[in-house]
Amino acid sequence: MINEFILALPLLLIAIGSILVLMLDAATRNKQIVYYTSILVLLGLGISAGYTLQFDVAIIAQADKTISANTIFYGGMSAVFDIIFAMGGLLTLFASREYLQRNYKEINECYSLVLLAVVGMVVIAHSNSLIMLFLGVELMSIVFYILTGFFRNREHALEAALKYFILGSFASGFLLYGIALIYGSTGSLILSDISQQIASGNYNSIYLSIGLGLMTVGLCFKVAAFPFHQWAPDVYYGSPTAISGFLCTSGKAAALVALVVVAKNVLSVETSNVNYLLESTTARNILAGISACTMIIGNLSALAQKNVKRMLAYSSVAHAGYILMGIVACSTEGFYAVAFYCAVYLFMQVGAFAIVGFIEFRDEGNMLISDYADLRTTHPALAAAMACFMLSLAGIPPFGGFFGKYFLFVAAIKSGYLWLTLIAVVASIISMYFYIGLILTMYFKNNENPINVGKMQGTKLTVALSIIGVILLGIMPNVFYGLFNFTF
Amino acid sequence: MQAIPMEFYLILSGILFTIGVIGVLTRRNAIIIFMSIELMLNSVNLSLVTFSSFMGDAAGEIFVFFVMAVAAAESAVGLAVILALFRKKQTVDVDKINLIKW
Repeated sequence: MINEFILALPLLLIAIGSILVLMLDAATRNKQIVYYTSILVLLGLGISAGYTLQFDVAIIAQADKTISANTIFYGGMSAVFDIIFAMGGLLTLFASREYLQRNYKEINECYSLVLLAVVGMVVIAHSNSLIMLFLGVELMSIVFYILTGFFRNREHALEAALKYFILGSFASGFLLYGIALIYGSTGSLILSDISQQIASGNYNSIYLSIGLGLMTVGLCFKVAAFPFHQWAPDVYYGSPTAISGFLCTSGKAAALVALVVVAKNVLSVETSNVNYLLESTTARNILAGISACTMIIGNLSALAQKNVKRMLAYSSVAHAGYILMGIVACSTEGFYAVAFYCAVYLFMQVGAFAIVGFIEFRDEGNMLISDYADLRTTHPALAAAMACFMLSLAGIPPFGGFFGKYFLFVAAIKSGYLWLTLIAVVASIISMYFYIGLILTMYFKNNENPINVGKMQGTKLTVALSIIGVILLGIMPNVFYGLFNFTF
Repeated sequence: MQAIPMEFYLILSGILFTIGVIGVLTRRNAIIIFMSIELMLNSVNLSLVTFSSFMGDAAGEIFVFFVMAVAAAESAVGLAVILALFRKKQTVDVDKINLIKW
């Protein structure tokens, strides 16, 4: 029998740690202490999650869960996502310190806010109850509203924060209404009980369909899937660059975990009830449509962009479409593929945003694609790193992005969505144009005054770690997949 | 005497939610939009309480307290954002806040 406290260690560590960092900030005002404590807390989250990974899911299922009253899911997939979120937080912290010093001023709250957002994401990944799911989503979103408007004397940032706030809380309303109807339909807020009720046919199917639909609307908004993606480019463009990387990787991954949690418990219940099977197939087909539109629209809009940050923002919309394929597949394999792609996407997108943030110069200068021309002469290492990230985002073999797409495609084909895979292939071919285009600009275009912005300090660490992650996941994807085999 | 059936409460909650949605979509003042969002959240609270009391299960009522706390936190952040924007631009009209375009 495992003690519940050991299983809950990642959650406890990050929750207490984030508040501790906030207190430390108030007590000492010392930037060094706060910065390094935040890093320690995130490392603790990663290590403790890695520790809980060793327990088999069967053993965890038998463990005593009286303290959490079965509202929290331990181990397995949630521990893997804990590690991903810890990594995302760390990479963001490394990149943001230097970025804040150069562009605004170093304010400690940024670090505590990043930690609090990570708490929200971890809660989502661990949720076995719709209450926990909603609280996690809201904690994450509220922190994101603040982080978006962090540069509070810049109009762009404030406008992005207002847009994000209004549309985000609008979507939360839909999510909440969906939760209320699912509760009314099945009579429980605990997800494992809900799937039992559905399996025994003891539920109201009208409330369940409407509830699922409303929840999908709310969560698709948080993922920035078509037709609810319009806010995403504006918000990612307006927020501080180091933070945009965090919003569109960890934030997106967290919203996708919420979808995984719902799909796992509500959409893929094994039952012979014909009505239910019809409903869940319809829901999956609708998700498949959303996914197809998201990747096509995201990539087509990215084609037209002149600004690197906006291009990356639109491409992140498209990537959400790819990852949704794993949820459409609605199989264990599909959920593995979602986790793998989230990990790879974290490394490549945070790395790319770290470079954009490093090159950005005083009030959003140096952000056009044409500014990047001939980057190789002044910053050969940066140009090479950016090229790696772009190739990985496009899905070229030696890098992780290729295997991420491969696993998603395989999962989608196995559950009978060949047409979706074909659309995804077409979408990735479209995306080659602007990813490779940026590489061509950096290497083969002439520029009289190539960008020269001095030396990198902390950003170097983010970029180096991201490169290592992208390449390791690309040449040894089985190591990451090995994590799942004995845990899920 | 007959008790009010559950559907009546649910229909009321649905109507309030729809009013909130229409308010968000049609009004242009950020504060009014914000009030409409609060109306949406509170209409959901009504349906949660209804389900909870008709099913004899306390979980829904407990959830309502969490929703209230979240709504309070959200309004604190939201009003701060609106205030910061008003200081900068002297307006809270969402149509006049349109710097970012593609």
